[in-house]
Amino acid sequence: MHWPHADPEVAARVERLRIPFNREGYDKYGVSKKDLVFFFSLLKPFYRRYFNVSTAGIQNVPDEGRALVIGNHSGGLPVDAGMVLTALMLEHDPPRLAHGMVEKFVQGWPLVSTLFQRCGQFAGMPENAIRLLEDERLLAVFPEGARGTGKLYKDRYRLVRFGTGFMRLALQSKSPVVPFAFIGGEEAIPVIYHATTLAKLFGTPYFPVTPYLLPLPRPVDCHLRFGPPMHFEGTGTESDEVIQGMVDQVSGRISSLIDEGLNARGLAAGAPA
Amino acid sequence: MKVLITGISGALARLVAERLVHRGHTVIGVDRRPWPDAPKGIEIHRSDIRKRPVEDLIRTKNLDAIIHMATVTHLSASREERYRINMHGTRVVFDHAHTYGVKQAIFVGRHTIYGAAPDAPLYRTEAEPPLASSTFPDLADLVAADLFAASALWRYPEITTSVLRVVYTLGPSRRGTLASFLGAKRVPGVLGFDPLFQFMHEYDAADAIILALEKRVPGVFNVAGPQPVPLSVLARSTGRRLVPLLEPLFSSFVGRFGFASLPEGAEGHVKYPIVVDDAAFRKATGFDAAYDEIAVMEAFRWL
Repeated sequence: MHWPHADPEVAARVERLRIPFNREGYDKYGVSKKDLVFFFSLLKPFYRRYFNVSTAGIQNVPDEGRALVIGNHSGGLPVDAGMVLTALMLEHDPPRLAHGMVEKFVQGWPLVSTLFQRCGQFAGMPENAIRLLEDERLLAVFPEGARGTGKLYKDRYRLVRFGTGFMRLALQSKSPVVPFAFIGGEEAIPVIYHATTLAKLFGTPYFPVTPYLLPLPRPVDCHLRFGPPMHFEGTGTESDEVIQGMVDQVSGRISSLIDEGLNARGLAAGAPA
Repeated sequence: MKVLITGISGALARLVAERLVHRGHTVIGVDRRPWPDAPKGIEIHRSDIRKRPVEDLIRTKNLDAIIHMATVTHLSASREERYRINMHGTRVVFDHAHTYGVKQAIFVGRHTIYGAAPDAPLYRTEAEPPLASSTFPDLADLVAADLFAASALWRYPEITTSVLRVVYTLGPSRRGTLASFLGAKRVPGVLGFDPLFQFMHEYDAADAIILALEKRVPGVFNVAGPQPVPLSVLARSTGRRLVPLLEPLFSSFVGRFGFASLPEGAEGHVKYPIVVDDAAFRKATGFDAAYDEIAVMEAFRWL
């Protein structure tokens, strides 16, 4: 089967990935070069044109080896995840495939679950995360999870509670944490209301409703800002208070990056788009 | 070594027996089924493992080890029959080994006992609980037999027990669970799903079992070879056609229209992967598969 659209820039980038693929183009987790080309060829026009994403500090992400990129989550649909993956594939030198940790409910969806698997977007389970990190892969984690994407427009750019699992993973696997801020997600999909019945129907935690009803992203300029890697010492078995203190350092850095990013984009924090 | 192989007429057991003889071991085999052209030097007894002649063999032959391969699947036996053979058979093999002083036992089981589920981790380690009983009722007896065999590790600590959870095997015998699934020209899939399948060459599987015997490694081990590949790649590379079926129609199509038949619950295995981490076995034995996934598929190709 030939994909309708394979972007040559994306294809060249995928070829440069430092991941062991077999002769059929699959790695040991089922990630497929062909599907990566398809996936990122789809995302590239959104990244370059629709959201006109600009980046700062992307080389803070290590060129190789294990690391966690940790950022704020927003926007009703995980546009931010798609854009940070695309940035790391297209803008980072050398290109890196970030493995997203996907909500478990997605694994039962036909087609989507298969495409996600082939593109290295796996179920968010500690077992998977540790395995990938120990295999020197890059993980993208949004510790706000569905609480983050479920943020309403009125709460934009305010971080909600961070999960602490990522910090235990970082400590256990001795991986650096690279914080980033994504600016624009909550403006692209301004969620004003959650439809409970529809959510039940789709088996999702919420169903976002926008002023124009459907959760389709608007063309808003987006900005991605990475901070320097943070290193934490420990084993991952520390008490909740100790872990929470480390998590607060990361969320604090992300808050500052959000402020810097909003200023850099020419907007005061909290000002309407 | 003097080794008793139960279920010796099975495709994989025959390979193990031939290779053991070639390596200078003495092999005695038991099976209800015949092995007509068994090589010279292999002593074959036609008997059910739960019957008297087998106990006599274990008592009198002064065995160094037993390789227990007499388990059956839904492909060859009814549910009740399977419980009797897989559970009761496994029990008597270990009990006799204990009673008559056999120092080593190897249970050859299957990786499918982990079960296929959407929320399972990418790679399953031996520490993962087997979930197949809930997702695939026809595997419940094999799950129980596997766990029961592993209980010999604490019940009979004087026996060096290895429980091997071997991935699907493919090879010239063209037998086995995966070979039957790929047996019909059209392989049924579920539309929108394309799980990873993990398999190894049957020669490598036989060598892994022999390595477990010779290295005397106690414990529970996943045994695998090359990396897994998606079902679509497996079907294509073995010359089959994967036909993605709408999920509600799946159970009414299998067994008809040129599709192989599958037991209830097998659907999960064509939707979700079962992939195991074999690092512990490789570390304990130094095992390294000779055939990679492409070589295995190409060797298995239908012409």
